[in-house]
Amino acid sequence: MSTNPQAAKLFGHASGRNYLNEGKTIKSWLLTLDHKRIGVMYLIGVTTSLFLAGVFALILRSELFTGTGWFLSEAMYNRMFTLHGAIMVFSFIIPSIPAALGNFVLPMMLGAKDVAFPRLNLCSFYLWVFGTGFLLTAMITNSLDTGWTFYTPYSIRTNTGVLYATMGTFILGFSSIFTGMNFLVTINTMRPAAMTWFKMPLFLWSLYATAIIQILATPILAITLLLLIAERTMHIGIFDPAYGGDPVLFQHFFWFYSHPAVYIMILPAMGIISELIAVYSHKKIFGYSFIAFSSVAIALLGFLVWGHHMFTSGQSGVVTLIFSAITFSVAIPSAVKVFNWLATMYKGSIRLVTPMCYALSFIFLFGIGGLTGLFLGTLSVDIHLHDTYYVVAHFHFVMVGGTLTALLGGLYHWWPKMFGRMYNDFLGRVGCLLVFAGFNMTFFPQFVMGARGMPRRYARYDPEFQIFHQMSTIGAFVLGFGILLAFGVLVYAVFRGRRVGGNPFGAASLEWQSSSPPSYHNFEHKVVLNDPYDFSAMIWDEDIQTWIHRSFVTPEIPAGKKPVPTSDH
Amino acid sequence: MANHQHSDHHDSESFAHPISVKLLLGVFISLVSLTILTILVNDLSLGQLDIWVALVIATIKASLVCLFFMHMYWEKGVNVVAFFSSLLFITLFIGITLMDTSAYRDSKDAFRNTLDLPVPVVTPPVSSTE
Amino acid sequence: MTAADLTAATDDHHDEHHHGPFIAHHFDTPMQQFDSGKLGIWLFLTTEILFFSGLFCAYTLYRYHHPEIFVDASEFLDKILGGANTIVLLFSSLTMAWAVRAAQLGQNKLAGRLILVTMVCAALFLGIKAVEYSHKWDLNIWVISKYNFNADFVPPAPEGAVARALGISQWLVNLSIIPAILFSGFLIGGFVYRGMGNKVVSSFFFGLAIMMSGYFLGAIAGQMYQNSIHEHHDAAHTAAHIPLDHGPAQAADAVTRPQAIGIFFSIYYCMTGLHAIHVMAGMAFLSWLYYRSLRLHWRPDYFGPVDYVGLYWHVVDLIWIYLFPLLYLIK
Repeated sequence: MSTNPQAAKLFGHASGRNYLNEGKTIKSWLLTLDHKRIGVMYLIGVTTSLFLAGVFALILRSELFTGTGWFLSEAMYNRMFTLHGAIMVFSFIIPSIPAALGNFVLPMMLGAKDVAFPRLNLCSFYLWVFGTGFLLTAMITNSLDTGWTFYTPYSIRTNTGVLYATMGTFILGFSSIFTGMNFLVTINTMRPAAMTWFKMPLFLWSLYATAIIQILATPILAITLLLLIAERTMHIGIFDPAYGGDPVLFQHFFWFYSHPAVYIMILPAMGIISELIAVYSHKKIFGYSFIAFSSVAIALLGFLVWGHHMFTSGQSGVVTLIFSAITFSVAIPSAVKVFNWLATMYKGSIRLVTPMCYALSFIFLFGIGGLTGLFLGTLSVDIHLHDTYYVVAHFHFVMVGGTLTALLGGLYHWWPKMFGRMYNDFLGRVGCLLVFAGFNMTFFPQFVMGARGMPRRYARYDPEFQIFHQMSTIGAFVLGFGILLAFGVLVYAVFRGRRVGGNPFGAASLEWQSSSPPSYHNFEHKVVLNDPYDFSAMIWDEDIQTWIHRSFVTPEIPAGKKPVPTSDH
Repeated sequence: MANHQHSDHHDSESFAHPISVKLLLGVFISLVSLTILTILVNDLSLGQLDIWVALVIATIKASLVCLFFMHMYWEKGVNVVAFFSSLLFITLFIGITLMDTSAYRDSKDAFRNTLDLPVPVVTPPVSSTE
Repeated sequence: MTAADLTAATDDHHDEHHHGPFIAHHFDTPMQQFDSGKLGIWLFLTTEILFFSGLFCAYTLYRYHHPEIFVDASEFLDKILGGANTIVLLFSSLTMAWAVRAAQLGQNKLAGRLILVTMVCAALFLGIKAVEYSHKWDLNIWVISKYNFNADFVPPAPEGAVARALGISQWLVNLSIIPAILFSGFLIGGFVYRGMGNKVVSSFFFGLAIMMSGYFLGAIAGQMYQNSIHEHHDAAHTAAHIPLDHGPAQAADAVTRPQAIGIFFSIYYCMTGLHAIHVMAGMAFLSWLYYRSLRLHWRPDYFGPVDYVGLYWHVVDLIWIYLFPLLYLIK
């Protein structure tokens, strides 16, 4: 194949300047307005939170190996699971995919130079830092034992660091709101005119739906936490029954945010999977508009089901019935996605590289996580299962099996783009296998325990549960090792990996038209808008070892229409 | 962003819609009159209707502010939808919460009457350490 | 953290020929930048409305379940002061909208003056609010846990010399300390910069001082009004109205626990307090606009920040438009 020398220059290895070496000082990173650098900083931050909260998980799993207090006292156990939950939810999962990967990928998928409000973006990051700092302060000073949900009246009475933690979560909420605003505006106003809504990559649809939730739900969390802070400091009597307040009202307030927040966690993951499945099946995505609309449908339905967390809280019968019914309807758009992914793979030429392994693992685990949610949404069954390990297993299948798996898949997919280096695919797959096996070993026994009545958040248990707890603990360490290996492979690749061209995987969305790693302004040339799922248009160029869009190959470019480096637009 | 259609040649004032001073003053005078009206109406005894009259007047005032001071009359559809979507979600939030609290209110009040609400207050023992 | 960041305007890192001084490198046209900012601020206002909705929710629930508490409690609020504050905010909205018009027409001086008037109104609002708050605190009207109103209670004479000399509440003096420090600080700043010959910055500081004087104007006017009605205002409370929770089932309950009425004030302080914080944030944003007006930044193709802050300010007004009847006009 004859190569356009121009294309070789543009899509080959990044030879000179890129966003990573644009400025070398610490300050050039800390004060950067570049969405790519902010994304990388977020990635470092959320990964640190993941490991920290992961250590807490391992500590409490270690205690549960015997459940006799050999490792932790009851009070310490309460603190461990609270910190594990609060840091995982607020500092890791919520910002993980949108703020870390989304920040890096979203503007590039639009062919834009940056997000709409770069300074707001940096501000979001620092809010994240401060919020997490407050959570850590709570951890260091007097710890926290309310559970991540801060239920009243206990959160008003306990003498642990509820104030720091709620303050931290309040700030993290603003970080999340600003990220959402930024993404929503960017997608609305920075899209190239020729990229209509239905020509956007599906990852953008899912980020858009996520942004809607972040904007509409998070403010309620903010006011809830503010009222809780006021309740704790001044005893305003809105939530505190000692003054005639209503503790169940707190749960309404809290879940009005926190249920939609579950979709903040899972929707971007679904977006990543839509990309991965299509790219590694090398086949046009099946049912594009169904997947796109199902994201929006999940976002909106997510607002109508918060009461299913309160079936046993004294919520009234009618409301309970309504929430249960609507809960089932969330299954429809979720299933639409899964079926479309399966249909996309059908007769595709599937490459079982690391990202695809994660995608497959996601479908399996999310399938289980989603379907067990239906049992929990059923009123009569939930009365039995509520606050048991069944619930724990259910949401870990969705949050870890779903979101974390998708995050890892997404990282393996975009890593060569982010750092211009290829990881060791074999070790990547080994990591994926360990994560998958360890995960199932950890959480599958918990379904059984939960169904048999093991309550969650208990430091002690009856002997009949010991075998399940021990399996779970061993699995947790395998899972921990798998995640460590997965990140290890990635980090090693940054320093020692083989250099790759702009598009090593044959993906067709716009971010792959930049060099790897991208330059400060993302694109050295005018992007050529193409169907993000038309992989037949991608051609492997042997000379520069990368896939390029066929319109860049010499014979098809009429003279004078060659892509030229721009600075003129 | 390379492929964005250039609109440099638009008249640079194409997105500025200055509102005439007359209109601004007119809106302000109506707002003040409505404020006085709502205070006066409050002195009449309308019983149950009272709150609804007050809210209707407040909504008229709010609409005036939105439409003219906030330029919503000339605003793009997407911005207006974004803003008013908040009202939809507030209705949902308050509506369902109200429905639920009404249903379990009796049991809550029963609990409340068993409490000896102290006057003046005694700070709950544990939390005072913070 | 809001409007200021929404206008990623001055990064002219990659300035190109058709880019004006205030168009960020990643936007193609001033119009695209303006549209982005506009959508951004509307979304932000959406979150603001939702943020307040939690309090409106608490208000609705408690009012729906205990209407009698709300009727009694609102007797403590003064319609005239509330009404005056409403009109102050409405007027500030007028000047803000007018400032947007001036900025759109590139009339920087006019815009600056109108923004200054808006700032003064904001401070005036807070001054009147301070009088209202301090009066309640004198009567031991706090949130429910500290609510201890007693009609026979005579507030002790203020301890501080200032309060005694002026014959006002100690609380009002305490509330006024920070405005007084700011006022003198701004004044000194103004003179210092004038001495250094920096006209723009000195006008900016003088403007801020004028803004802070609005607070004292409000506090003085409010206090004078409060004094003038003091006698029969108190009489009304002591004679007829010992506000009690006299719901049908809780008649006996009510006598022993008048504190239940405190829930109204919990909600009142949360709502007006959060609103007041937004007014203060608004004053900060407006000051920033005022500075930029003095620097003559506004042009027909660049007036976004005035528009964005203006929208924010109108929302602060909108919320008050609802708070006023909901809190002050209950019967």
